[in-house]
Amino acid sequence: MSTSDATAEAAQARERDVLEELPRNDAPIVPQSTISGRALVAVVAIMTFLASLTTGAVMLVRAAANDWQSEVAREVTIQVRPAADRDIEADIAKAAAVARAASGVAEVRPYSKEEGARLLEPWLGTGLPLDDLPVPRIVVVRIASGASPDLAQLRQTLGEQVPAASLDDHRSFVDRMRAMSGAMLAGGISVLFLVLIATVLSVTFATRAAMATNRPVIEVLHLIGAKDSFIAGQFQRHFLLLGLKGGLIGGGSALALFALAELASGWFAGAAGDQLAALFGSFSIGVLGYVAVLVQVGLIAYITATTSRRIVARTIAAVH
Amino acid sequence: MVRFEHVGLRYGLGAEVLRDLTFRVDPHSFQFLTGPSGAGKTSLLRLLFLAQRPTRGLISLFGHDIATLSADALATLRRRIGIVFQDFRLLDHMTTYENVALPLRVIGQPEESYREEVVELLKWVGLGDRISALPAVLSGGEKQRAAIARAVIARPQLLLADEPTGNVDPNLAQRLLRLFVELNKSGTSVIIATHDIALMDQFDARRLVLHEGRMHVYE
Repeated sequence: MSTSDATAEAAQARERDVLEELPRNDAPIVPQSTISGRALVAVVAIMTFLASLTTGAVMLVRAAANDWQSEVAREVTIQVRPAADRDIEADIAKAAAVARAASGVAEVRPYSKEEGARLLEPWLGTGLPLDDLPVPRIVVVRIASGASPDLAQLRQTLGEQVPAASLDDHRSFVDRMRAMSGAMLAGGISVLFLVLIATVLSVTFATRAAMATNRPVIEVLHLIGAKDSFIAGQFQRHFLLLGLKGGLIGGGSALALFALAELASGWFAGAAGDQLAALFGSFSIGVLGYVAVLVQVGLIAYITATTSRRIVARTIAAVH
Repeated sequence: MVRFEHVGLRYGLGAEVLRDLTFRVDPHSFQFLTGPSGAGKTSLLRLLFLAQRPTRGLISLFGHDIATLSADALATLRRRIGIVFQDFRLLDHMTTYENVALPLRVIGQPEESYREEVVELLKWVGLGDRISALPAVLSGGEKQRAAIARAVIARPQLLLADEPTGNVDPNLAQRLLRLFVELNKSGTSVIIATHDIALMDQFDARRLVLHEGRMHVYE
């Protein structure tokens, strides 16, 4: 290395050192830790939490309603009435055989006399001599998953071969249940819609409040020659991050709560667990629920960003 | 550089606050803008730094009719104008250095290209030891000098100052005036809006006098 090279390098190093001691633009263009900014994050977090809970609840109701319907629809019952001139055991065996021969049937299980008595215990009490009563016997027919057997044909065959038997496909019960779960789902979606509107409004107003404190910044940037797109971009980026932060806190808390509830539902054994399972299924909001919550988080962040951009444009217009 | 032809300005449906203004500001010129309170000085400055559009008449800046320019073109034009606001308008979350460097930062100039220059200017206006201070801890005079440094850092062709000596003692007022004169000598046209007759008497310059919305020019 020549002497002149070494001198030049030393000069550059000195220059670097001097530059290192100089101040830097550490502050962002848009003030970061303001009270209104923190309030906005809190509002976004709370509203996203509530909206996510509502979304999750609607998903649970939807999944539970589907489970109830498919559970009931996968089963039909054959009732065999006792008749004076007929052997009821033979009729039951015949009805079971007819059901087994039908296509799309997964399992046929005739209930014994004792099992039938146990079904009646909640209404008639124990120890009643059921032999003296004309109590019908039942045969439970489980439909294979995905199959749609010809129930009309099965009903007709039963009528021809076992006159004392009748087929109950639970149609009216399923229809009532469908109406009830449909009403619940519609109610849930209405509540979700209202919560989403409230979320959008409160996030918009909180963003406006946070932007009001930034008016002097916008004016100064504008008057020193910053282009409108530059100013809008700075604020949009800042408020997008605030919205995402609040949304992830709120949405994340709601998802953690659902995950915890799903976990906790497994801890309840016995009757309580069965009851919970009957009401809420697996207590899981499913992939669709998680996706819906994440979409909400993104939507709310988008609203904060676009609201801030709109207010920047309005503020700049007001400067003129 | 600046040409006003029959310019009028009214706010809403009120009476005209500026009436039929016709005047020019030449390159490298120095002038005071004066007149009693309420005569329209601040309104005229707002027209000059493009924060206000006239109700009538023509304003031409740097050879462009401002009525025909887009928002982006107006922003580009504003970069050729330095403004010292009466209330300083420093950004509270930024240090003195960051406030002064802001005009260069918003036009996307790399920081390395202006760091030394900003520090040098701050030293020149007597703020060398307040580089990292926030506006909240600066005195009125220090804020005034920081505002002036911010206005001149991008070497504007036109400097507008609204009562730049209003918040400082006479000694500092003298120093600031000398600063404006130096800038003018280096090629910047200067318009200083002031009430301070003593200040104007210290420097023989053109006077634009506003009275009841009309302008009288004393060369």
